[in-house]
Amino acid sequence: MTIATLIPVAYLIAAVTFILGLKGLSSPTTAVAGNRIAAAGMLIAVIATFFAAEVQGGIPVILAGIAVGGIAGFVGARVVKMTAMPQMVALFNGAGGGAAALVAILEFSRQIDAGALEFGATLATLLALIIGAVSFSGSAVAFGKLQGIITPKAFRYSGQQLVTGGIAAATALLSLVLLAGAIAGSVPVAPMLVIAVITLLALVFGVALVMPIGGADMPVVISLLNAYTGLAVAMAGFTLNNQLLIVAGTLVGASGTILTRLMSKAMNRSLGNVLFGAFGAAPAGGAAAAAGGDDGRTIRSISAEDAAILLGYAQNVIVVPGYGLAVAQAQHNVRELADLLESKGITVRYAIHPVAGRMPGHMNVLLAEANVPYDKLFDMEQINPEFPRADVALVIGANDVTNPAARSNPGSPIYGMPILDVDKAQNVIVIKRSMKPGFAGIDNDLYLDPKTAMLFGDAKEAVGKVVQELKKAA
Amino acid sequence: MSGEAIVAAYVFVLAVFVGFEVISKVPSTLHTPLMSGANAIHGVVIVGAMLVASAIPGPLGTVLGFLAVVLGTANVVGGFVVTDRMLAMFKQRPRGQAPSKPPRTT
Repeated sequence: MTIATLIPVAYLIAAVTFILGLKGLSSPTTAVAGNRIAAAGMLIAVIATFFAAEVQGGIPVILAGIAVGGIAGFVGARVVKMTAMPQMVALFNGAGGGAAALVAILEFSRQIDAGALEFGATLATLLALIIGAVSFSGSAVAFGKLQGIITPKAFRYSGQQLVTGGIAAATALLSLVLLAGAIAGSVPVAPMLVIAVITLLALVFGVALVMPIGGADMPVVISLLNAYTGLAVAMAGFTLNNQLLIVAGTLVGASGTILTRLMSKAMNRSLGNVLFGAFGAAPAGGAAAAAGGDDGRTIRSISAEDAAILLGYAQNVIVVPGYGLAVAQAQHNVRELADLLESKGITVRYAIHPVAGRMPGHMNVLLAEANVPYDKLFDMEQINPEFPRADVALVIGANDVTNPAARSNPGSPIYGMPILDVDKAQNVIVIKRSMKPGFAGIDNDLYLDPKTAMLFGDAKEAVGKVVQELKKAA
Repeated sequence: MSGEAIVAAYVFVLAVFVGFEVISKVPSTLHTPLMSGANAIHGVVIVGAMLVASAIPGPLGTVLGFLAVVLGTANVVGGFVVTDRMLAMFKQRPRGQAPSKPPRTT
């Protein structure tokens, strides 16, 4: 028995650790251990692969690649700010998709050099290539949108579906050429050129797929692309006849699909709606309404001083953090404000909407980073009955998740979305940069409510000013 | 269908079911770390990249193989490290005790 015969055993162990890892990651008490178990399994798999016969010719290249990729991945993961984490996940996901696509290209090249394309292998390799490339470019666009390099707005133009459909059709057609060749047992003319064009089309398709989707939906998109990459890896496993790749890729593909559905459900939207949705298409009539009030109701704006007084006399404050808080990196200032209020004997709690921040659970991470105690963060279901008893609800950079229209107006595009019942609090202070509508592109009736006061400004600055005023008063 | 292919198909189908079952109930707090952890797991493509890295002789094959390993490794290492960092944020601290990290001076 040689070491090489033990490789499949190592892969089996790795596959088990991945399953245990995913299971562990589903529960707060076991999440850290789950992640580390999967990482250990990955290490075993990589070490075992070094003993495979196919690898022997390329060890220097592999070691160099591992060094470069390892340093890039490690440094990137360590230095990224917690607020920028979602786009980092997109980036790593894109890397995985790109790797799957490259594996497919190399495998195609090897099959063609060997003189024959076999149908099953060709189909799997094509799928690995196309899905991997779509995930690569789609993740790059998602990264760009979250990073602000590309407009986070939904980018739409007339005839868009036609163009996207055309790209898909062309990709399918060229794929059929290769598959037909495989059935006939021949290799088409210039096969690598066909494969290059398919790769290019798939890359463009990924861009065309994600560009029309607004920034608020990026978490769902990243989750979906994550599942795609898993599927691409599984297909690469079929091509290489590698069970570990099939198991791990499929696990991620399946669990990623479930996770994507859970995320869309938290926003009360179907996946189809996210991908081809009407959200971004809703008329952005916010600017017109910004100047005055609808129905004669007006917006009440207050100063940081007034906000400090209102908060200072409260007994029960619920903070509603949102996307704007994440963007402004205001979590540490909010913590300071909460500490100050608590030192006056005021109860401060945080209401966390399932999709607050940029991803589900993202707000918990941001607030935890600012050392906000875990037991002060409350889920929507827990905190909603508490709003009527709250003296002040302090909304910081959250918009659509507080819009009462989701409860009351069946005509609203967000009707039915679960929201935080902020409007039931005695007083509402909304810290917001401007009257611009949120990602849903609709106005928020909460701002016209007589008990709502608007404190305009960047979340970090505005909270900082309120803290100053509170300190002065103390 | 060859014996190898049908075994692979079995593995695939069973893995689909395991994937669906394994994460049925997840608190929304853990959605992001779970996504990130799953992201790291599909970094197993690094094994595939290693296996084909030297499949094609010549400079182009070597460059593509090198790139595949780089991307796969970045996926694995970055994915696990960033997930670990996220999860470290969730560690419960006893109430009223000093934070484990030095307080920030902002």
